[in-house]
Amino acid sequence: MIDMSLSHVGASLVEERKSSIQIKGQPNPALKCESSSIAGCVSQRACVYCGARVVLNPITDAVHLVHGPIGCASYTWDIRGSLSSGEELYRLSFSTDLKERDIIFGGEKKLAKAIDDLVEKYRPPLVLVYSTCIVGIIGDDLEAVCRAAAGRHGIEVLPVQSSGFAGSKSDGYKAACDVLLRLIQPRQERQPAAGAMLNYLGDFNLAGEAWIISDYLRRMGIKLNVVFTGDSSCQALKKAAGASLNIIQCAGSMGYLGRAMQERDGIPYMNVSFLGLEDTAASLRRIAQFFNDAGITKNCEDLIAEETKRVEAEIWGYRQDLAGKKAAIYVGGGFKAISLIKQFREIGIDVVMIGTQTGRREEYDTINRLVDDGTVVLDDANPTELEKFMLQQGADLLVGGVKERPLAYKLGLAFIDHNHDRKHPLSGFAGAVNFAREVHDTVCSPVWQYL
Amino acid sequence: MLDCTTEKIYERSAGVINPAKTCQPIGAMYAALGIHKCLPHSHGSQGCCSYHRSHLTRHFREPVMASTSSFTEGASVFGGGANLKAAIKNVFTIYEPDIMAIHTTCLSETIGDDIPTIIKGAEIPPGKVVIHANTPSYQGSHVTGFSNMTRAMVAYLSVESQPNKLERVNIIPGFVNPGDMREIKRLVDLMGIPFIMFPDTSGVMDAPMTGQYTMYPPGGTPISALRESGDSCLTLALGAYASGDAAYQLERKCRVPAVVLKTPVGIRATDDFILTLRSAMVREVPYALEEERGQLVDIMTDLHHQFHGKKVAIFGDPDMVIALTEMVISLGMQPIHVLTGTPAGTIGGPQGMFEKEIRSMMDQAGIEGRVKAGGDLFELHQWIKRDPVDLIMGTSYGKYISRAEDIPLVRVGFPILDRGVHSYLPFAGYKGAMRLIEMIANALLDRADRDARDEDFELVM
Repeated sequence: MIDMSLSHVGASLVEERKSSIQIKGQPNPALKCESSSIAGCVSQRACVYCGARVVLNPITDAVHLVHGPIGCASYTWDIRGSLSSGEELYRLSFSTDLKERDIIFGGEKKLAKAIDDLVEKYRPPLVLVYSTCIVGIIGDDLEAVCRAAAGRHGIEVLPVQSSGFAGSKSDGYKAACDVLLRLIQPRQERQPAAGAMLNYLGDFNLAGEAWIISDYLRRMGIKLNVVFTGDSSCQALKKAAGASLNIIQCAGSMGYLGRAMQERDGIPYMNVSFLGLEDTAASLRRIAQFFNDAGITKNCEDLIAEETKRVEAEIWGYRQDLAGKKAAIYVGGGFKAISLIKQFREIGIDVVMIGTQTGRREEYDTINRLVDDGTVVLDDANPTELEKFMLQQGADLLVGGVKERPLAYKLGLAFIDHNHDRKHPLSGFAGAVNFAREVHDTVCSPVWQYL
Repeated sequence: MLDCTTEKIYERSAGVINPAKTCQPIGAMYAALGIHKCLPHSHGSQGCCSYHRSHLTRHFREPVMASTSSFTEGASVFGGGANLKAAIKNVFTIYEPDIMAIHTTCLSETIGDDIPTIIKGAEIPPGKVVIHANTPSYQGSHVTGFSNMTRAMVAYLSVESQPNKLERVNIIPGFVNPGDMREIKRLVDLMGIPFIMFPDTSGVMDAPMTGQYTMYPPGGTPISALRESGDSCLTLALGAYASGDAAYQLERKCRVPAVVLKTPVGIRATDDFILTLRSAMVREVPYALEEERGQLVDIMTDLHHQFHGKKVAIFGDPDMVIALTEMVISLGMQPIHVLTGTPAGTIGGPQGMFEKEIRSMMDQAGIEGRVKAGGDLFELHQWIKRDPVDLIMGTSYGKYISRAEDIPLVRVGFPILDRGVHSYLPFAGYKGAMRLIEMIANALLDRADRDARDEDFELVM
């Protein structure tokens, strides 16, 4: 029986939080998710701007101009290690650095000047202007400023409606997708079928993942049109409607775009996952099936066989050391959480606690199907809850982001960054080995002996 | 590839490229973590709190706990009073801090939430304390936020309980690492002087690994000590920008004389600190300290030929940059580009002091160079392109310039996001100066080794 109180820290779970925590196998009402956090909680969640910025940031040749006081630009300056094969402009930090005067008299003029300055200096094809909390309050008309600037310079200048308070990080994903939809040139009526060419949505190339998948597709005989948005350029994104299929890795951020493109441009979409051997192979097969081409199907099977053979022995080696260990997961979206459960299974690790910041109802249903009885499932957890359930469930390892890392370490738990700060690609067959190696290296490190 | 800076200087009429500062609330959050059993609270959107916690966590590699009012659209239209009241109730119920330190954000400042009135109307459990600081992100920088929260500690808590002052000194260390705070405390201890340090993040942001997580590690200034600070006979504010305001507030409120000194980094600033303590508190400087100082001078003389005439660019927070500039001059180096992102005339710091102070040090040493408050790293990079330097000293953000221009970078200041250990060890005091000299010399000598032709490659340097 799992103790739902937080007695060891002398506090109890606040009543409102109880419905956001469940234990698989016990009679539970539906898990509360997709709701806003309680005021006063130490939430691990972020804001609308954060969501929009992480989705759009990898567009390499854009000026990402943050319209607001300096903080929002400072905290997002090159923190997400999205890799580029070309332009590096997106790695600079641009802000209108609004001051008290601008708050009182409005920031539109300053914004227009800043755009002019930056366009003169860098000649970018695209300027993205992010709205922050304060812009939503003082009511600067970003749409008008951007339209005028676009007219002056003959380039794309698009506002991102990402005022921090106007929803959650998920709403930021949506705001970003709306911008992308404006950028993508709609499919022409008589545009010929593209052949085997697809867009890859929801990969931000944090450590070169998109390049791995691009290589697989090439070997299968499928052309990758553009990635949303890892290592992408303005020009490539504009032509996205030329593809015949959208595959979506991160459904939380890009599902909306996939659905919208299906509606507007008639391009079907397919959710895929390249996390772990099992999901990667299944996803590649489903892609091949979609194109229904004997050559592609054969290439696909050859690739799976070859890549599996290449990595199997190494993963098996790690599995020997890791079998029976227990993992806790706390990540941003539900889709990643689902893949992680399977990926851990491949290396002999059971998931004993799992939660997300912004998971959706249907994702939690899938999670619940996948995990064993007794697993704790929680939405929008705070550090106190994470600590309690990791200890209570006897986890050896936590998967999370920046803020969770030191928490795990303080408890003497191993840790894997599955977010901004990852250093190795974790996608595809190569990524499965990297994942197993990272888990192995942290769980089996001698440092835990000195506690 | 990352070199997106042009040598040609464009006139810029608006905006910042590659900031050398961030916003007030993160400074307020860091200061609040220096109170024992304090939960900082961010009155704004969730994102602010999340960004500050992540950023501090990346620098200190420690868990950073803070709660947020979780503003929604409704709160932004109708005011955040209800959110804050609910937050106060929830924080004390769930997280049980002794004190909650609220700071505002650009959002709550602009919609005009009246924090003192909201606090008055909130349910605060007996014996618990709530303080607040206004930290609008559109003024000053993170240093201003640190200063404002430190001043709030005085405004809310310091009390003058008796007519006679006690033989005890208040030390306000400023926006420095826990390693520096520990070192400053060690120096005052060696002088045998009773003291209260606030804020004090040692033991909080450099807490040991025990296998158990405690939300409130043993460090931090106790609330009782903050109250008693009004009875001390002297306040030393180390760093005018981060600490001056709180010291003057204490002088006005409780008649504790305030002395503002430089951040004690480098031999001269440390000397000033020790000598001020000696004369104000009538103490002998113990041999242990004289020995340390002597060792430092010994190291400076042993290595001075490595430093002389070397050109340096320094950037970061004003208090630290002022001290570093003085220090490198004492080594015979030439700081020719000196820049802070914090604007001049920041609330919490004397008007325009940064540029004036650096300029006068340069003039005295006969150095011609550039100085700027409220600058950004794009500008610093342009300066370096026009007049190259041998060394850059500053935060991790200097690594882009360092790579583009192939100039070594000594990491010092906030934030350091790409190296570990730094926050545990001091830059302050004589020991800190030794460490800095070692870092500077190693950076220069590693570079000399790398660049040497075979015939010039030497074992003994």
